[in-house]
Amino acid sequence: MIGPMLTEAWSAMVANRLRTFLTMLGMVIGVGAVILMLAIGQGAQYEVDQSIASMGSNLFIVMSGSTTSGGVRMGGGAAPTLTLGDAQAISELSSIAAVAPVAPGTAQIIYEQNNWSTQVNGTTPGYLEVRDWKLASGYPFADSDVRAATRVALLGQTVAKNIFGDEDPVGKTIRIKSSPYLVTGILAAKGQSLDGRDQDDTILIPVTTAQRKLFGTQFQGSVRFMMAQAISAQAMPAAERAMNQLLRQRHHLQEGADDDFSVRNLTAIANAAAATARVMSLMLGAIASISLVVGGIGIMNIMLVSVTERTREIGIRMAVGARRRDILTQFLMEAVIISIAGCLLGVLLGVGGAVLINGITDTAVVVTLSSIALAFMVAAGVGIFFGFYPANKAAHLNPIEALRYQ
Amino acid sequence: MEAGAIIRISGLFKQYQTVAGAVPVLKDVSLTIDPGEFVAIMGPSGSGKSTFMNILGCLDKPTRGTYVLNGKEVDVLSSDDLAHLRNEAIGFVFQGFNLLPRADLESNVALPLVYSGVDNGERRKRAGEMLEKVGLGSYKRSLPNQISGGQQQRVAIARALVNRPRIILADEPTGNLDTATSREIMTLFTRLNKEDGITVILVTHESDIAAYADRLVRFIDGRIVHDGAVTHVEAGNA
Repeated sequence: MIGPMLTEAWSAMVANRLRTFLTMLGMVIGVGAVILMLAIGQGAQYEVDQSIASMGSNLFIVMSGSTTSGGVRMGGGAAPTLTLGDAQAISELSSIAAVAPVAPGTAQIIYEQNNWSTQVNGTTPGYLEVRDWKLASGYPFADSDVRAATRVALLGQTVAKNIFGDEDPVGKTIRIKSSPYLVTGILAAKGQSLDGRDQDDTILIPVTTAQRKLFGTQFQGSVRFMMAQAISAQAMPAAERAMNQLLRQRHHLQEGADDDFSVRNLTAIANAAAATARVMSLMLGAIASISLVVGGIGIMNIMLVSVTERTREIGIRMAVGARRRDILTQFLMEAVIISIAGCLLGVLLGVGGAVLINGITDTAVVVTLSSIALAFMVAAGVGIFFGFYPANKAAHLNPIEALRYQ
Repeated sequence: MEAGAIIRISGLFKQYQTVAGAVPVLKDVSLTIDPGEFVAIMGPSGSGKSTFMNILGCLDKPTRGTYVLNGKEVDVLSSDDLAHLRNEAIGFVFQGFNLLPRADLESNVALPLVYSGVDNGERRKRAGEMLEKVGLGSYKRSLPNQISGGQQQRVAIARALVNRPRIILADEPTGNLDTATSREIMTLFTRLNKEDGITVILVTHESDIAAYADRLVRFIDGRIVHDGAVTHVEAGNA
């Protein structure tokens, strides 16, 4: 009996176009909102994932300790406690894949008439490995460059663009603080970091060159921090323990003495950021699903009014031989058609809105098939669920009273 | 108690539960109607004749007593079986026509066939034939509010006939119509009764309408007080 009841439901809906449309509207907006919110949430998650991937995986950052000078504490990284020797020793740990000591500084870069102030990081070839950073062109500097403290540099994309424009920088000579440096390679683009810094606005030079020739330091061979990569995510706790132990031993720290360094797990921070994005995405979806439920209640409201309004029609149908389940089927069909049609329009609205947001802003908005399927299924379910009560009410009207209803 | 009776009712009681207690509406009603009879049921308001019609039409169940329709005991049937009987055995005609206002005349007439599982093509064909039969063959696509009251009642009669029932129950079918139109409708009922052999049971207030019938049953206070052939004198005194 579903076929003919479907036709009856359809003709009743066509006969009441405005009411049908208004009922549908709640569903359209609900589904549209769910799809759009999920798309925005997933877009945010995608951006965070990109940033995390650009940072490198399984990372630790090892900072030297703080120093106190006349009662003024200098903050982490100020004391010259970490050395290149520490870096070398850490790199020999079995749980560590690569280590890169970093001596950072800021300097003005000059090429012909262009100049640009940027972050100059003195480091070792291990840095590229730790950060999982490829070269766009040219070649990296080698350990021999570190040993000889040669004046070579790798340029980040932003730096290259700002002082070379369209020119190919590889093989050219730039000036950093008036000394010439040979550009051996260009780093691949990394984009924004988690905290929004432009990671491509940087120059890498050998750590020895930075310390001896560029910035100078009263503590030869010390570095402010280093980055270390564990061999795998599972090895991270073991690697952290091993590094702590090794550094305490190398720094001759007595039992009970404070660390003069600190080891931070960057992956944990990244995971926290990713979890935040996921929670936000989930929350947006949850808020939007409220509108879906409200849409469902809208269907129920209008169907209830419709049942009252059509009491006489129901009485007539029963008098000419409609069984209770025929009436139930007809009204349920109306609810299902309304919610499915509302769904389809809502999908169009949601996807259209996502495309629009993508077009007018640079926010990433990701519509996935699974979010459409989810919204669709929930909406159809909501329609049937909220359509059932009015349909059941209609089916259980007393035919005599229904016929007498004015 | 002939074997061929189409309706056989005996010892029928009906009472309604109200907050003030049970209100008896029908008290020990017995009635037998043979196929092809044309029966008018009369009585003042509150005499129980509408309740009796509802029970005859399988819309309501008696509190006590038996009702045998077409040889089938009705008072024990489920609501689905009652719906089936209403669909196949009985055609209803109401005072207020009771057409679906937003459906065209063809769909209105075809409505009972929807519930007997007849396919769409056949439904249209039979609805068309019935509209022809009541003289409205050219109004298939019209809506009920585009035609006159008399025409609407003809459509309702066409709907009552479409599933070829053996009984037509008409509850004050001329109550909303003027004298001339009433006469046309009653002529139509007479034709259906005499030419097609359909049993017609009619509830009315008006004695000149009852005069079209062959047999008169009069209700007062939930009991049958008169059951016999219609004479014009009797009908006139009603």
